[in-house]
Amino acid sequence: MTAPLVFFYVFAFLALLGAAGTVANVRNPVAAAMSLVVTMVALAGVYVLLEAHLVAVFQIMVYAGAIVVLFLFVVMLLDLRSDDLRPTRQRLLRILALPVVALLASVLWRLRADSTPPPPLPEGFGGYRALGLALYGDYVLLVELASLLLLAAIVGAMILAQRKAD
Amino acid sequence: MTAVVVKSVFILLVVVGALAPVITWIERKQSAVMQDRIGANRADIAGITILGLLHPLADVFKLLSKEDVVPTGANRFMHLLSPVLTAVPAIIAFAVIPFGGVYVFGESRISLVVADLDWGLLYIFAIGSIAAYGTVLAGWSSNSNWAILGSLRASAQMISYEVTLGLSVVGVFMVFETLRLTDMALAQDATFPVLTNVTALFGLSIPDWLAVVSLPRWGIFLQPLGFVMFLAAIMAENRRAPFDLPEGESEIIAGYHIEYSGMRFGLFYMSEFIEVVVIAGIMTTVFLGGWSVPYLSQATIIGGVGSVFGSGFATGFCLLVHFATFMLKLLFMIWLQMAIRWTLPRFRYDQVMDLCWKVLLPLSIANIFVTGLVLLVLGERT
Repeated sequence: MTAPLVFFYVFAFLALLGAAGTVANVRNPVAAAMSLVVTMVALAGVYVLLEAHLVAVFQIMVYAGAIVVLFLFVVMLLDLRSDDLRPTRQRLLRILALPVVALLASVLWRLRADSTPPPPLPEGFGGYRALGLALYGDYVLLVELASLLLLAAIVGAMILAQRKAD
Repeated sequence: MTAVVVKSVFILLVVVGALAPVITWIERKQSAVMQDRIGANRADIAGITILGLLHPLADVFKLLSKEDVVPTGANRFMHLLSPVLTAVPAIIAFAVIPFGGVYVFGESRISLVVADLDWGLLYIFAIGSIAAYGTVLAGWSSNSNWAILGSLRASAQMISYEVTLGLSVVGVFMVFETLRLTDMALAQDATFPVLTNVTALFGLSIPDWLAVVSLPRWGIFLQPLGFVMFLAAIMAENRRAPFDLPEGESEIIAGYHIEYSGMRFGLFYMSEFIEVVVIAGIMTTVFLGGWSVPYLSQATIIGGVGSVFGSGFATGFCLLVHFATFMLKLLFMIWLQMAIRWTLPRFRYDQVMDLCWKVLLPLSIANIFVTGLVLLVLGERT
């Protein structure tokens, strides 16, 4: 096995382990959040192997570094006991799991048949230059619309918080 | 492969193993100077004290011989893990800091950096954002109200300042047009005609004898506001005074590491000092020209020395000079952090947050805007 393949299996195993840990620790939110961090960091490793370096960095900075820290922050503030987290609506989730598994199986079945080698990567793929040019060149309208959406969400959150404070 | 191992071992032995303990000595001496005391001078071996330099050794023996206590009701696994989660990110951040440039000896090519990543600065930010977990988990796993309050403060402070930290260096990216730290250092190994550029902004021209006035093309001269903001934000990330709100003797005692003892407390203590070195390394590389000697570019040094002693000797000489220059700047930045730490009184917590969201954030966005405008007017000149 080549080194990238070894790394792929290591990261893939860690990602699955973390995902399983997130689900298994449903009574212990901090352990679940930390398992999620393992998954996030392992996915970043997989992205690096796919030459998507910038996505990998943002995966760590945004998901592992900011969002899950906020999860932990809230969990610590709430000081939940494990009794508060009795499983609910499990039947609905079990029914929903069936179509998801079917979808995953069909995707894997298709990929199994597809053995064509991937096309060569374009110059500078996955770097900040290529991504920046794409975002602020070809897709500038979408970026602006997305930022407007985020701005609206921030203003909305502030208004809600203000109403609580009054 | 062997080169990477050698460089990693160098960083572990010299920077983490030797420099970090020496910094505890510098800190004690600096605080003594600021407070008009004599400072650490009692630890001795057979009466020899060497200016108090034996104190780090005494610290290590003390910490290693202490009992490692895990408090009752604590989450044992997380409690034991979080000092490691704090120390490891601090150490691996060194991987992208260039201790020198690239030197060509005939066939072989020596570059003084472990990992020459295209997104080097982003790597440091990513590693820095992971470092928050050690702090958060240390407080949570200790089963202590003071510890949890300390880690809540620390995590809120670190998340807030991460935003400013990133935005305050965007101006530097724009000026040097790169995120690779080795390229950034290389770009600063030059000078720029400062007066010509400033007057050209206003459409004026100046006499020729003034046009030769030049400054090293360092980040601190091109982005002075960026330098101040980045220093403030990164010192807040490290949570040392004046930003040491996660600790507070009068309210929450030692904050998130109050329940730690022995070498596990030592790891928190060490990683704080390792981060001081990392900060100094980043500041040196991004704002103080890295390994470059002001007004003497690599080509000038090699050319000048090489004409007398031959190019092989000149390249080796240049490597040593650049390494020494980098270390000198590194020590200066470490000293500057110590001086700030022992000069300024600590903020109140709301002041820390106000400084981040109401002062540094708008200023850093304005800095990006102004930098863009200036670059547009000057074209490719700087």
